[in-house]
Amino acid sequence: MSATPPEVGQELPVLTWTPGFDVWNRFAAVNDEFVPIHMDDEAGREAGYPAAFGMGYLQWSWAHNVLREFVGEEGRIDRVQGSFRAPSLKGVEVSAGGRVTSVSQDDTGRVVCELEIWTRAADGVPLLPGSATVSFPARH
Amino acid sequence: MSGPALTLVSEAMTAAIGSEVSRRVSFPISPSDIRKWAIAVYYPRHPPARYWDAEYVERELGGRWVAPQEFNPFAWMTANPSGFPEVDRLDPDLLEKTLGIPGPGLRYQLNGGLDVEYHGDLVAGDVITAVRVLESYAERSGRLGQMLFTTNRETWTNQRGETVQVRRQTGIRY
Repeated sequence: MSATPPEVGQELPVLTWTPGFDVWNRFAAVNDEFVPIHMDDEAGREAGYPAAFGMGYLQWSWAHNVLREFVGEEGRIDRVQGSFRAPSLKGVEVSAGGRVTSVSQDDTGRVVCELEIWTRAADGVPLLPGSATVSFPARH
Repeated sequence: MSGPALTLVSEAMTAAIGSEVSRRVSFPISPSDIRKWAIAVYYPRHPPARYWDAEYVERELGGRWVAPQEFNPFAWMTANPSGFPEVDRLDPDLLEKTLGIPGPGLRYQLNGGLDVEYHGDLVAGDVITAVRVLESYAERSGRLGQMLFTTNRETWTNQRGETVQVRRQTGIRY
């Protein structure tokens, strides 16, 4: 956390990716997620989608990248929730970000932030809307 | 008078709610696993040094390699079940077959969402045990037809018996 405490309405820095097989293959390799809908356009179409599309859990990781940048070395990610709403398609830029919706202190004095988090496609279609709770050490 | 509404959830499936679905034990988490995961999820950027730089981890973190929160310690192979279990992980009826009951016979499955509580770190050297319980079934009509939402709750503990994560995952089948 920066020297300035988080504030309600604070927007987290947005991170962006342009997904495709170079991105998906790397994630498939570490998560052992070699699934036809993520590897083959015909399989994606058979499942009712325009083509092969990216893994939902990769979206989840990208949302965590945004949160890790926000909490820094001292903060802690306590809870993350998200729903996979739409596919991430090849060549369609994805952005990930968030916004602080509440700031409070718990019984131990830790600063607790609730956030709205999201990943979305370039046309604004939400891919992974969700929420998160992060916390920081008590400030003295 | 109309007949009973069609449902994807059989009586056997309803009765199975609350059952333990699986129990997995990971191999010890290694710095190499952490490094590869971080490289993949930060690509094309470089991940933070704490996930790949051994000198940094030794100097700044006392040699404690902490994995990204969403790291999967069960990828590729588990210590238990061991070896290569003969299961088709892409079978949409895998959950019900594991429970010994007929599944709904749907063709496709997607990840619907996650809700994860982080109670502790995943640290190199840790052995993680994951116990999954079937929590609920729900049905909905959507663009893809009649859809079945299945939620499992999975608790991860480390070798000291400390709960490190509680995860709820919702799968969609249609």
